[in-house]
Amino acid sequence: MICKTTIRTLALGVSMAAMMAGAASAKTLVYCSEGSPEGFDPALYTAGTTFDASSKPVYNRLVEFKRGTTDVIPGLAESWEVSDDGLEYTFNLRPGVKFHTTDFFTPSREFNADDVIFSFERQLREDNPYHSYVEGASWEYFNGMSMPDLVESIEKVDDLTVKFTLTRPEAPFIANLAMDFASIFSKEYADQLQDAGQQAQLNQQPIGTGPFQFVAYQPDAVIRYRAFADYWNGKQPIDDLVFAITTDNAVRQQKLLANECQVMPYPNPADVESLKENPDINVMEQEGLNVGYLAYNTKVAPFDNAKVRKALNMAINKQAILDAVFQGAGQAAKNPIPPTMWSYNEAIEDDPYDPDAAKAMLEEEGVTDLSMKIWAMPVQRPYNPNARRMAELIQSDFEKVGVTAEIVSYEWGEYLERSKAEDRDGAVLLGWTGDNGDPDNFLAVLLGCDGVGGSNRAQWCHEPFEELIQEAKTKGSQEERAPLYEEAQAVFKEQAPWATIAHSVVFMPMRQNVTGYVMDPLGGHWFDGVDIEE
Amino acid sequence: MFRFVLQRISLLIPTFIGVSIVAFAFIRLLPGDPILLLAGERGMTAERYAELQQVYGYDRPLLVQYGDYLWGILQGDLGTSIVTKRPVLSEFMTLFPATLELSFCAIVFAAALGIPAGVFAAVKRGSWFDQTIMGTALVGYSMPIFWWGLLLIILFSGILGWTPVSGRISLLYYFPQPTGFMLIDSLLSGQEGAFKSAVSHLILPAIVLGTIPLAVIARQTRSAMLEVLGEDYVRTARAKGLPPLRVVGLHALRNALIPVITVIGLQVGVLLAGAILTETIFSWPGVGKWMVDSVFKRDYPVVQGGLLLIAGLVMVVNLIVDLLYGLINPRIRHN
Repeated sequence: MICKTTIRTLALGVSMAAMMAGAASAKTLVYCSEGSPEGFDPALYTAGTTFDASSKPVYNRLVEFKRGTTDVIPGLAESWEVSDDGLEYTFNLRPGVKFHTTDFFTPSREFNADDVIFSFERQLREDNPYHSYVEGASWEYFNGMSMPDLVESIEKVDDLTVKFTLTRPEAPFIANLAMDFASIFSKEYADQLQDAGQQAQLNQQPIGTGPFQFVAYQPDAVIRYRAFADYWNGKQPIDDLVFAITTDNAVRQQKLLANECQVMPYPNPADVESLKENPDINVMEQEGLNVGYLAYNTKVAPFDNAKVRKALNMAINKQAILDAVFQGAGQAAKNPIPPTMWSYNEAIEDDPYDPDAAKAMLEEEGVTDLSMKIWAMPVQRPYNPNARRMAELIQSDFEKVGVTAEIVSYEWGEYLERSKAEDRDGAVLLGWTGDNGDPDNFLAVLLGCDGVGGSNRAQWCHEPFEELIQEAKTKGSQEERAPLYEEAQAVFKEQAPWATIAHSVVFMPMRQNVTGYVMDPLGGHWFDGVDIEE
Repeated sequence: MFRFVLQRISLLIPTFIGVSIVAFAFIRLLPGDPILLLAGERGMTAERYAELQQVYGYDRPLLVQYGDYLWGILQGDLGTSIVTKRPVLSEFMTLFPATLELSFCAIVFAAALGIPAGVFAAVKRGSWFDQTIMGTALVGYSMPIFWWGLLLIILFSGILGWTPVSGRISLLYYFPQPTGFMLIDSLLSGQEGAFKSAVSHLILPAIVLGTIPLAVIARQTRSAMLEVLGEDYVRTARAKGLPPLRVVGLHALRNALIPVITVIGLQVGVLLAGAILTETIFSWPGVGKWMVDSVFKRDYPVVQGGLLLIAGLVMVVNLIVDLLYGLINPRIRHN
C-alpha cells in the first residue's frame, strides 16, 4: 500500500516536473478570482464564482451565449429544430468532440447523445445513480428554472441526435440550455467513478469538453487549468490558466499592479478612477444584467393606487442615489429589464424627479400624513451596494413630500422570506440578476401573477401585463416576442408597481497586454480567446 | 507527575462536551436558515423547502439532531458541508497546515523579538530605550490587523517590491504537497527557488499576525523581569561578582520565563482569531477564513465541526502549557 502511494506520488512529481520544464516557454494567464468555488459540478450550485471556475473553462453546453451578448448560438449542438406545437426540440450534436484526457481519466470515445441524456437525467430522475451522489445534492438552478415540470422526456434518436419533449410550449427553454447547470458531462467518466465507488470525485475533478482542462485545486489558494489541445473549437492562445484566489479587493488590486495577476474582477468603485489613469492597466466596463428596485405592496392601501405609487416614484432623487450609493458604478433604471437585454424599450420616458408635483399628486389622491416602512437588505449586492444608505436617501426624499418612512431590516434569509408575504407592511428594496438573458426571466419571474406571494415582491397581478408576457412565452422567435415585451414595459411604467432604481456598471481591470477579453453581460468571466502579448 | 497529567486530561472531557453544546447551539441561535440562503433571491417553494429540510435532517427535534451530531463526533464523523458537499474533517485537514504554519512562524517571530526586547527594557528601565520599546508595544497591541496588513502590503510589496503581495508561494511553482506545510514541501520538492519563494511569502503575514503577541510578550517579559531583578537571589548573584549577562540571562530570565510561557500559550487563541483577518488579507488558505465564510453561509456542519476542532486544539495547547508549567515549577504539580 505504502509502496503504491509512493509510486503514485513520484509519478505525480515527475509529471509536474515535466509540466514545469515546459512552463518556461508556456504562456500563463493569472486571474485573481474573488473566492473559492463551492465545487466543480455547476449544476449543484448557484454562485457565479463557482460557475467561473467550473462550467466556463471546463465544460460546454448544447447551446452557448454568443460572447458579449445574450444571443444563443450553437455549442455542442450544431443545430436544432422545434416542432410546430413548440413541444419537441431535436438537437443535432456536433461530431468529433473530445473529452479531456488527464492523469485521472482517459476517454475511450467521443462525445455523444448518452452524455447529453446523462447530464440532464441526473438532475431530473430520482432513480439516476447520480441524483444524490453527494450529500444534500439539490440541483437548485434546474429546479429554479422549473425544468422538472417542463421536461417530460429526453430521448436518444441516434448517437448524434437527442430529442427533448416538453410538457408545454416555453420559448425561454433554449436559453435555459445555455445556462451553467446545463453543462455536458462525460457519462463514461461518471460510470468509471461509480464502478470505483468514487462518485463524489465528479464534483472535485471535473472532465468536460471545454477549452481548458482541470489540473489541480488547492482550496482557498489556487486553481490550475491547462489549455485543451484537442478542443473542438481550436486550442487556446494561452497555455495555462491560473485562478489565484484573492478575496480582498484591495489586495487583488495590489496583485494586479504588481503583475502577479493579469485580470481581476470586482474592483472597489472608489479605486476605478486611479486604475484608469495607470498606463499599465486597461479598465473595461459594462452595464450589469441586473436591476435594483423598490417594490411597493400593491395589495395594501394606499399603494394599491397606481397614482400614489407614481407620485412616490417622482419623489425619489435617483441621481443622488447613483452618486452616493453606486459612486459612479451605476446607471439610472427606467425599465424593469436592463438596457443590454433584447426587447429593452428605449422609447419609455422615466418619471421625472419632481417633489412638488409628487406632493400635489398625493394630495389629489387624498393621501396625507402617510407613514410607511422601507425594507433595507442587510447584504451587499451588485444591484445594490449599500441598501441601508439607499433607504436613508429615499426616506429623506419621501419626507420632502410629506411621507414619513421607517427603515426596517432582517437577516438575509429572513428578509427574503418575510418580504414574500402578501400582507407585508411596507416597500421592499431588492433586485435581480439575469440568469439566461431572456426578458421572461425578469418580467415573468418578478412581475407575473404566478410570482405573487413569492418572487413578485410587489404582489402585483395586472391582467393586461400578464396577457402580454404569457403570449410572448408561446412565440417561437425573438422577433415575434420583442414587441410584446416592449409593450409590457410600457404597461409596467404606467402602473408603477416598483420604483426602478438602478442597473449597476461592472468594471474589469486588466493589464494592458491582455487581449481578446470580452465582458459577459450575464456577469460570468470567460478566458477562451484571451491572449497575452509578449 | 503521572497523576498530574491524568488529572489535567480528565478535566478536558467536560470542557469538550460543553464546547460541543455551545458549537451546536451557537450557529442555530443566529437568525438565518442555510436552506433559504442556498436559494438566495431566486427563492424556493414551500414544498421544496420542506423536502430540503428533510434531506438535511433539520426537520427533526433539536435534541435528536444534537444526539446525532454527538454520535457522529464519537465515530470521528463531523458531517458534510452544506455548501461544498465535502466532509468537514477533510476540509479542515486540507486547510489546517496553512494556519498552523503561519501561526507557528508568527509566534516564533513574536517570541524571538519580544523576549529580548522585554529583557532589555527591564534592564534599562526608565531609559529612552525602555520607553520606545514599551510605546511601540502599545501601538502594536492597539493596531487594527486589517489596516496594518494593507499598509505593509502597499509599502513592501507595492512601493518597494521586496515581498510578494499574497499567497503561500509563487504560482510558478507547482509540486506535490505531502505534508501541507509549504516550507517543508518546497524543500522536499527540490525545485530551485521554491523554498525562498515560500519564505518570502511568509514574511509579511507572520509579521502582521505576530504583532499583537509580540507586544504582549514584550510587556509581559519586561514586568516579569522587573519583578525578578528585584529579588534577593539576583542581588546576591550580583554581589558575588557574576558577570551581568549571566545574572540577567541565567538567574533572572529563567524564573521570569514562567509567566511568559503562560502568556505565549494563551496567545494561541489570539493567533487563531488574528488568523481570520490575516488569512483574508494575504489570501492565505487556512481555517480562519473558512470558518468566517461558513458562518455567513450558515453552513451548520462546518461551523459546528470547525469550532469543535479549533476549541479542541486550544484545549490541547493549554494542556501542554499546563504540563510545561508543572515541569518548570514543581510546586504547581505538587499542589
